[in-house]
Amino acid sequence: MIELVARLGRTGLRKLEAFGLAGIILMQSLIARPAPTVMFPLVVKQIHFVGVLSLIIIVVSGLFIGMVLGLQGYTILVDYGSEQAVGQMVALSLVRELAPVVTALLFAGRAGSALTAEIGLMKATEQLSSLEMIGVDPLRRIIAPRFWAGFICLPVLATIFSLVGILGGAFVGIDWLGIYEGSFWSNMQNSVDFREDVLNGLIKAVVFGFVVTWIAVFQGYDCVPTSEGISEATTKTVVYASLSVLGLDFILTALMFGDI
Amino acid sequence: MRIRIMEIGVGAFLLAGIVALLMLALNVSGLKLMESNDTYRVYARFENIGGLTARSKVTMSGVLIGQVTDIRLDPEALQALVEMEISKDVDYLSIDSSASILTAGLLGEKYIGVVVGAEEEYLQDGDYFEDTQSALVLEDLIGKFLFNEVSE
Repeated sequence: MIELVARLGRTGLRKLEAFGLAGIILMQSLIARPAPTVMFPLVVKQIHFVGVLSLIIIVVSGLFIGMVLGLQGYTILVDYGSEQAVGQMVALSLVRELAPVVTALLFAGRAGSALTAEIGLMKATEQLSSLEMIGVDPLRRIIAPRFWAGFICLPVLATIFSLVGILGGAFVGIDWLGIYEGSFWSNMQNSVDFREDVLNGLIKAVVFGFVVTWIAVFQGYDCVPTSEGISEATTKTVVYASLSVLGLDFILTALMFGDI
Repeated sequence: MRIRIMEIGVGAFLLAGIVALLMLALNVSGLKLMESNDTYRVYARFENIGGLTARSKVTMSGVLIGQVTDIRLDPEALQALVEMEISKDVDYLSIDSSASILTAGLLGEKYIGVVVGAEEEYLQDGDYFEDTQSALVLEDLIGKFLFNEVSE
């Protein structure tokens, strides 16, 4: 019995410690960043890695999700003779929900796992401790640029996702199913509000970028430096990041659109 | 050279993000920028436009001939002033044509239906439809119906 309580306490303390370490990493990389001249090339390199190279998967999934939304919306709405509302349905669901959430999920799988594996391997091969030995803070040199890159990239990717998705929906709706172009766009423009919908979607993307990158970086930094440990950390990154994105999405939606 | 390519890639990526945001702002949530030339403008005053919006269709016998470009309140006549662009090909709308606001389906979008008259003269750029018919507002109809029921 005592053994059980002790084990519970140990687990709790370990979780608390991990949480504290995550907070310290966050503070250190946000506040104690290196001078801009050193930082800038590092961030550019990371944006290239997590942003530019994720572009293809984002564009392709955005296109197909938009096309599917257009097709599904059409088959339902045509029964009620209001197929002009397809544009508004596609645009609202993409801009408000799907673009930030799906982008964040894909980003966690594509870039988050890579970040974790990279940092974990650096730790396993003792590159991080070597950096410390020669007097370079690995938090500043390794963690901070990756953090900023994720923070910048996700909103950009989510915006591109929305746009490509809407164009895909417009392609299916107008060119294929023959919805009148003017009503498609006018319905969309009447119902989508820039501040209410587009900016709120962007805020969501910023929050998700923050959370996903934080989890990825922390899992890499905290992992057990063995090959098993790295694989476990990578799995944890994807699982935790996806779960927190979905959970946070509910909270953010409730705050933004729930009239609380 | 490797570095240069990477930086160009990042620059293009960020630029694509800004362009996408601009397009979302202008095209999805805002105004259109393109202006077509081969149209002419005519105007019509309505008592009640009942949900007609800019970029709604203008049709004749159900065939699309133009679109609504602007709706504002005429301060003198105290009526809605609807500006529409009609395709240049359709230059045979006589001056006694009538414009009415119709509904696609029971609850669908509003559009303008044009019925031509018998005069020999045709509507030119900047002319007004003399004969207009306002939108059918469902609530008014229901109200009238209920009122009649009660009075009987």
